Amino acid sequence: MKVGLFIPCYIDQFYPQVAVATLQLLEKFGLDVEYPMQQTCCGQPMANSGFGAASAGCDTLFVQNFAAYDYIVAPSGSCVLHIKEHLHVDKDPEAVSHIRNRIYELCEFLTDVVQVKELVANFPHKVGFHIGCHGQRGLHLAQMSELVAPDFSKPGYLLGLVQGIELIELSRKDECCGFGGTFCVSEAAVSAKMGQDRVQDHVEHGAEYITGTDTSCLMHLEGILRRQKRPVKVVHIAEILNGQYE
Amino acid sequence: MSKAHNSVPDHAEAAAKFLQDQERANWHDKALWFNRQKRDVSANLIPDWELLRETASQIKDNVLANLDEYLVQFEQNALQNGIHVHWAADAAEHNEIVLQIIQEHGVGKLVKSKSMLTEECHLNEFLATQGIDIIDTDLGERIVQLAKEPPSHIVLPSIHKRKEEVGELFHQHLGTEKGASDPAYLTEAARVHLREKFLTADIAITGVNFAIAETGGFVVCTNEGNADMGVHLAKVHIACMGIEKIIPKAEHLGVFLRLLARSATGQPITTYSSHFHRPRAGQEMHLVLVDNGRSAHLGRKDFYNSLKCIRCGACINTCPVYRRSGGHSYHYAISGPIGAILAPNRDMREYADLPFASTLCGSCSNVCPVKIDIHNQLYQWRQVLAAEDYVPKTKKDGIQVMAKVLSSPTLYRVAGKSGRLMMRLLPGLANNKALNPWARQREMPQPPKETFRDWYKKNRPKDE
Repeated sequence: MKVGLFIPCYIDQFYPQVAVATLQLLEKFGLDVEYPMQQTCCGQPMANSGFGAASAGCDTLFVQNFAAYDYIVAPSGSCVLHIKEHLHVDKDPEAVSHIRNRIYELCEFLTDVVQVKELVANFPHKVGFHIGCHGQRGLHLAQMSELVAPDFSKPGYLLGLVQGIELIELSRKDECCGFGGTFCVSEAAVSAKMGQDRVQDHVEHGAEYITGTDTSCLMHLEGILRRQKRPVKVVHIAEILNGQYE
Repeated sequence: MSKAHNSVPDHAEAAAKFLQDQERANWHDKALWFNRQKRDVSANLIPDWELLRETASQIKDNVLANLDEYLVQFEQNALQNGIHVHWAADAAEHNEIVLQIIQEHGVGKLVKSKSMLTEECHLNEFLATQGIDIIDTDLGERIVQLAKEPPSHIVLPSIHKRKEEVGELFHQHLGTEKGASDPAYLTEAARVHLREKFLTADIAITGVNFAIAETGGFVVCTNEGNADMGVHLAKVHIACMGIEKIIPKAEHLGVFLRLLARSATGQPITTYSSHFHRPRAGQEMHLVLVDNGRSAHLGRKDFYNSLKCIRCGACINTCPVYRRSGGHSYHYAISGPIGAILAPNRDMREYADLPFASTLCGSCSNVCPVKIDIHNQLYQWRQVLAAEDYVPKTKKDGIQVMAKVLSSPTLYRVAGKSGRLMMRLLPGLANNKALNPWARQREMPQPPKETFRDWYKKNRPKDE
């Protein structure tokens, strides 16, 4: 099984440690993982701004980079959902359909494909889990509070395999953090307020760390935490599961 | 040149203004979230909730697919029941029809229960230009009417007002004690005030929640009984409805009435579900069926199913953006996520900002009792608005630069050295040229020593 590692642009540039943790974690399960060197971005920033047509270049590039892999895995629910729903290349529908069906967010890949039963990881801290909306409501990584349906959480299951971790309850377990892609600048005031409220929910419940499936959400929350000079830190779920966070 | 321009209202700007009063914003958020929680509790008491939503969705799909036939059937039955049926192509025609009925009866005194359709048609303002006063009898609507404001929420019209502000309004208009803000006291004062209006009204206008094709009757849902009070006492009843309010059979009420109030406020059912079939002896009953863009809307394949909406407001209550920006920031009769996908059907230029007033979190679609894919339609509207050139030019230019850089591995690497890329591109995506809007309330991420790609080249040298 050959796995193509898809590292979203902002992780490549700002949070390489998240990508390193993802790679190392996948390698621990004996997987043959490769990072295609010519990858850039999934095209979501353009498409979510209304310019889906402007992401054609990114789409073509994505297909070139990832069509040859059995699975494509990324530590981001949002980028994965974008590819699943919107990847489009006129002249290569087969490759597109292969990628759309074989792309996984890291946690769901670990639970559904690798079927992880144990992890060597220790994280003796109080942790709040913020689930990105696209991963949750788009990829169904976890049950949504709006639905009358049995509860489950794939990231929650994985965090449960980590030693010493204490997951805190939140007042609003799946409220959006307000990042929203280009929304974070086009509606900066609402975006920041949503982030502040999300941070507050974690702080009130004693979180030492905020973790999540999407670095974009975490980048936004970290920006607010640092501005407010709070001691709370953010850490991507891959870093916790990989067990080498220092 | 972009067709978007600065003189049209902008949600982001209005929302930023709303947020300047943090205390009000916090309270507004909590009040609406409380409603969402009541909705959750109520929904969870029905094991088949999701089946109920699916059933409602399918009934409405059927209605929209056969709307012409159901409307004809409904009209026939309504006429047989002795109801006067009027058809209005647009808001202006609707207002003229209502005016004519009023004038035929020598004007007199008018009361109106809640109707978002008459808000959409700006009936009150139109009648005012004709020198005709109309009293809104829903308490929340009366409050915003006294404040000379539009409703900020379809179910809770004055949710943006604090009780102290209501106290001041009532002091000015109803003569309550200065400084009094006790809700029970204020409600009692409103009750006395409105009672006099009901008793002396000549004409009562109501909205319509559900019009039943097989019976020619219709149902109006209220919590205050104000629709009944008006209709039972007035000689003339005028009911106004959008043509999408049809349901095929009376038995379908068993689906919709169970969903409506639970989704709206968590109540099992509205306090009053008033069924009107025919005028009582000596009364005249009129029904105005309004298109006002709905036929064109029905023809848009990506957007027609937003006509399934039953106006419960659940998507508004759950929307994290609405809760922190207030209903008036949407500058349309219907606010929140549903308003943001309905409004551009009316006027793309005027409402080009609304589909962008969302993080696309998807909570709205999940609470919708008729399963409208609201967040997908928000995304889809963005595509249409960009293609039709209704997106601000700065944003459009920013996107073009971004697309160019991100579709070239070489440019991406050059631009991305030491993590500058994103933060360089971000300010260009704001609606107006602004000094980095990210950094106003957030720190920028700290650029790392090396990108992941650089790390990978060093640490996994098998490639290249």
